[in-house]
Amino acid sequence: MRAARWPGVLAAVVAASMAAMSAAAAPVPGGSLPGEPQAVVPGYVMAFPRDHGSHPAFRTEWWYATGWLRTPAGEDLGFQITFFRSLQPAAARNPSAFAPHQILIAHAAISDPSRGRLWKDERIARAGFGLAEAREGDAAVWIDDWRLAHPGEVFEVRAPAQDFALELSLRERQPPLLNGEAGFSRKGATPLAASYYYSLPQLEVSGHVVREGRRVAVNGAAWLDHEWSSEPLEPGAVGWDWVSVNLGDGGALMAFRIRDAQGDVRWAGGTLRTGEGGTRHFGPDEIAFTPARRWRSPRTAVEYPVQWDVRAGELAIRLEPLMDDQESDTRRSTGAIYWEGAVRAYDGDREVGRGYLELTGYGEALTLR
Amino acid sequence: MTPARTWARLLFAQWRESRARIAVTVLALALGTAMASAIHLVNRSALDEFEQAARRLAGEADLVVRGSPPGFPEALFAGVARLDGVAIASPVLELTVDGLTVVGLDPFRAAGVQPALFGELAGNLRDFFEPDGIFLSAAAAGQRQLRTGDRMDVLAGTTTRQLRVLGLLDANAYPRPLGVMDIAAAQWQFDRLGLLTRIDVRLEEGASTATVRAAIEALLPAGVVVMTPAIDSQRVASATRAYRTNLGMLALVAVLTGAFLVLTAQALSVLRRRGSLALLRALGVTRRELGRLLVAEGVVVGAIGAAIGVGLGQVIAYWTLRALAGDLGAGQLAVPGGTLAAKPLTWLIFIVTGALVAGLAAWLPAREAAARPPALALKSGDVDAGPAAARPFRVAFALIAAGAGLAFMPSVYGLPLFGYASIAALLFGGVLLVPSVAQGLLRAAPATRAAPLSLAVAQLRGAPAQASLGLAAIIVSFSLMVAMAIMVHSFRESFIDWLDTVLPADMQLRLQQGGNTAALGEREQAVIARQDGVSRAEFRRVVPLLLRPEAAPVTLIAADIDAHTAAQRLAILHAAPLPAGGETAPPVWVSEAMTDLYGVQAGAPLALPLAGREAVFRVAGVYREYGRSGGAVVIPRATYVAATGDRAVNEASLWLARGADPAAVARDLRAALALGDALQLRTTTEVRERSLANFDRAFIVTYALEAIAVLIGLLGVGVTAAATAFARRAEFGMLRHVGLLRRELALMLAGEGLLMSAIGVVFALALGGVLSLVLVYVVNRQSFLWSIDLAIPRLQLALLALALICAAAITTVVSGRAALGGDAVRAVREDW
Repeated sequence: MRAARWPGVLAAVVAASMAAMSAAAAPVPGGSLPGEPQAVVPGYVMAFPRDHGSHPAFRTEWWYATGWLRTPAGEDLGFQITFFRSLQPAAARNPSAFAPHQILIAHAAISDPSRGRLWKDERIARAGFGLAEAREGDAAVWIDDWRLAHPGEVFEVRAPAQDFALELSLRERQPPLLNGEAGFSRKGATPLAASYYYSLPQLEVSGHVVREGRRVAVNGAAWLDHEWSSEPLEPGAVGWDWVSVNLGDGGALMAFRIRDAQGDVRWAGGTLRTGEGGTRHFGPDEIAFTPARRWRSPRTAVEYPVQWDVRAGELAIRLEPLMDDQESDTRRSTGAIYWEGAVRAYDGDREVGRGYLELTGYGEALTLR
Repeated sequence: MTPARTWARLLFAQWRESRARIAVTVLALALGTAMASAIHLVNRSALDEFEQAARRLAGEADLVVRGSPPGFPEALFAGVARLDGVAIASPVLELTVDGLTVVGLDPFRAAGVQPALFGELAGNLRDFFEPDGIFLSAAAAGQRQLRTGDRMDVLAGTTTRQLRVLGLLDANAYPRPLGVMDIAAAQWQFDRLGLLTRIDVRLEEGASTATVRAAIEALLPAGVVVMTPAIDSQRVASATRAYRTNLGMLALVAVLTGAFLVLTAQALSVLRRRGSLALLRALGVTRRELGRLLVAEGVVVGAIGAAIGVGLGQVIAYWTLRALAGDLGAGQLAVPGGTLAAKPLTWLIFIVTGALVAGLAAWLPAREAAARPPALALKSGDVDAGPAAARPFRVAFALIAAGAGLAFMPSVYGLPLFGYASIAALLFGGVLLVPSVAQGLLRAAPATRAAPLSLAVAQLRGAPAQASLGLAAIIVSFSLMVAMAIMVHSFRESFIDWLDTVLPADMQLRLQQGGNTAALGEREQAVIARQDGVSRAEFRRVVPLLLRPEAAPVTLIAADIDAHTAAQRLAILHAAPLPAGGETAPPVWVSEAMTDLYGVQAGAPLALPLAGREAVFRVAGVYREYGRSGGAVVIPRATYVAATGDRAVNEASLWLARGADPAAVARDLRAALALGDALQLRTTTEVRERSLANFDRAFIVTYALEAIAVLIGLLGVGVTAAATAFARRAEFGMLRHVGLLRRELALMLAGEGLLMSAIGVVFALALGGVLSLVLVYVVNRQSFLWSIDLAIPRLQLALLALALICAAAITTVVSGRAALGGDAVRAVREDW
């Protein structure tokens, strides 16, 4: 059983969520009114496994697993699977079991350089009837037969799609990395533009990948981001550049910046866990993203900086994509075109880590309504 | 110049001098083809629209789970969704809101099943979740003159809710009026929380339909069925098939009458041209070539007539679609704004058929003409001998016997095919008997002293073949008209009797025709019952009930009725006696259609799915029902409420207190209930009048077709008269020579016309009477699944017969007048 594979709808809801996120109306602190999303405020103390679970009172939430896989034949593959949750205040008072209180969206992809293609698919459904749910208490989010859950020691990922499938177990080897101020991650100059955000870097991956009916065992390293908020973007922000890297020495780097329509940086931030286990948080002044090489999509004619020099404090690395074409195009219905793909991190000629890079807001047509 | 072209020139040169004859033949064929093709095109266009709409709604579903309104528990959706082999289960709540079909859908699930319908909505998805939002198809918006942003009042139970039009679907997305809502909004706005009426299912690739179907069936409560979507798209087609076939047959009668006209005209023209045809033979044209040429003549006339007819038919069809929205009377095929598709293949088929029929009609006289020895034919005075000279008694009686036998055969796929065959056999058998009957009757004609009349009788006695040939077309069309008139009259009389039984009270109350979301609760029922001026109220709950996946739903009528009052409220045909030990199961009464469609018999048990459970009833009687053709079951309301808990009603009969003013009561009730236009309150007299008006409207097209067939028949009489008169110029000259005045000649012709048409009309009356028995007891019963009692419209038939006799006589005189003029001496000389 699966929900509609329908890129248009997916993009529409993503756009709707984005629009909701950038809406001018301020949320009610404490979220006491029914249907009004709860606001993100400093001082929240994260606890696990509780905060692996869903936070339905917030407008938007996502679980975002990315990583590198290796097949027995020695191929390197990138993978990502995302579950979005979007609160729909309009349905708050409807007593129907079908009332779309929460819309769930999932997006999965495999970057396969040996075949030069990006396998991707998506699911969308309203939460309900046990067919699609995002549970509180511990990670358990699913849409029909796609799921991401944390039933015990490991996070289980299942995504059987049209031409491919992911069947992965992600095992924690480090404690959660709380981004920003103990998980309160600012996204702009105003204090309202913020999210609760933690990362699980250096996850040990084992499992299987199916491509065109052929199932192979894989292992590798992954990164799980979990973020929830009601107002993460300021008005005027049109896109972001974001990267997560599992460093070879056991450390981890997350860095992002938010751009406006002129391409100016409106906000930036990042977190570094060193190989020794120390944590460093970076403010807007300490993060720099410098494009080094651009790639133009033959399909959409959008140009993405796919190679970067990234500086976070004293750490300077160069990002190179696993393959250039890791673009997702849903422009036809909403204008959402983005690049999301596996990258290698270099210090000079030496590979120092592997991670995932996300570039949004480069398409001409992109509007955040 | 090749010989063939020479002959063709010789042949077609004669067309010039008989323009009128050709024109009349072409006109007759054109009229017949126009009616037949127009009816076909209109019905086809309407059906295409329905089927396309149904296919759009079914989308790419492999299976459809369906239950009767108000619906089945939504938990079934989750159960079906989880089954192995199910790729998508899309929950649907279908409603009829004031005549508009509204579907509540989950766009995420539905997009995988109905991509064509939802492509348009993708950009509006955020709006889709507005709890009071509705999207309208272009047709629905046009019909109601609504635009994006407008408000739309709808009725849920007795509460008015206001919806907002959020957007319009593209005209290509869905051709018919439709509203689309989010399923949660639909459940909430229309008080259907927890209920669905449909689940569309798409299977995983490679999954077995039969296996998944069986797995779904295991989950279904009583009254909910799983089926393939094709059945849905065929439903309108099958519901109207009998009606459409009957109209088509009637249109064919017009074509058939036209064909008889071709036969008549061709036979007479061959007779008239015997000299020139014999000359052709003498010039070396072989017998076979001559036959071919004459048939070709018929084919050309037929093709031209049919081509004109198809053009005319297209115009009529276009007009019908515009003016009547494509509904030719069945009431189920209306497609407002329907479009007429150009169908070149259909046109071609009609033209070829017209040509073939005309060629076939020309073949008989052509064979006769070709067979005649040229030497004999070249001599003048070879007047007698026509194609019908032989008297094929044996064939006639065989046909009549076959016709009688066929009338007792059952229907085929719900169509009275054997009934039609029976009518055709009886008709042809009857026509073959015409010469013998005519001769017999003429022999019995009394002697008269008036010269013109005795001359007329003598002439007819002398050449019965020609005369009866001219009558064939009029007998065919008039006997069918008589049969139809008797059938319609019988139906109308039975319908009136039935109305008197089913409309007992003074006023009838009904909620929102064409809607299934409105209902009167107990509070409103109490208000009605206690209303000043209302002395008694009987309430009814009328709901559709799906008994079989492939059949249309039957109508369940929960009424204040019991074993004692049944006979007063229903037109009972067969009552089952109470079983010895008293009632074993609660009684229900079924309409006649139930006996045909479901094999239900009086006295037998009947299981009905009520509120998801099978309940067994005893069929206490079979009653006549003209209002609901798909079958109806009447159940005591107490039994229904006990089984379903549904205390709402949507119809009532009201008895008024002595002296109460119906208008005042209606006004007070409207004020007390405040339901606006959804409340329909009419006096019983008014309902009766409306029903009869609807009845008559349903038969307008029938009457029009009959009239055209008779008109063509009259043309046949005229053609015959003109041709025979022309051939008898010499005879007229002779008679003038021996002293008969021109006035007396005209009198003689009129006498001939009167006599022949009287014979024809009397014969057609008898034949039509026989045919009407087949129509009433076989065709009607098998087509519409209800019985009617035979009733003969004596006055109507007598007037019609009289009018036709006069018309035929006048036609004869007018057509023959040309031959009466001219110089008597020259006319005689010409022939000797």
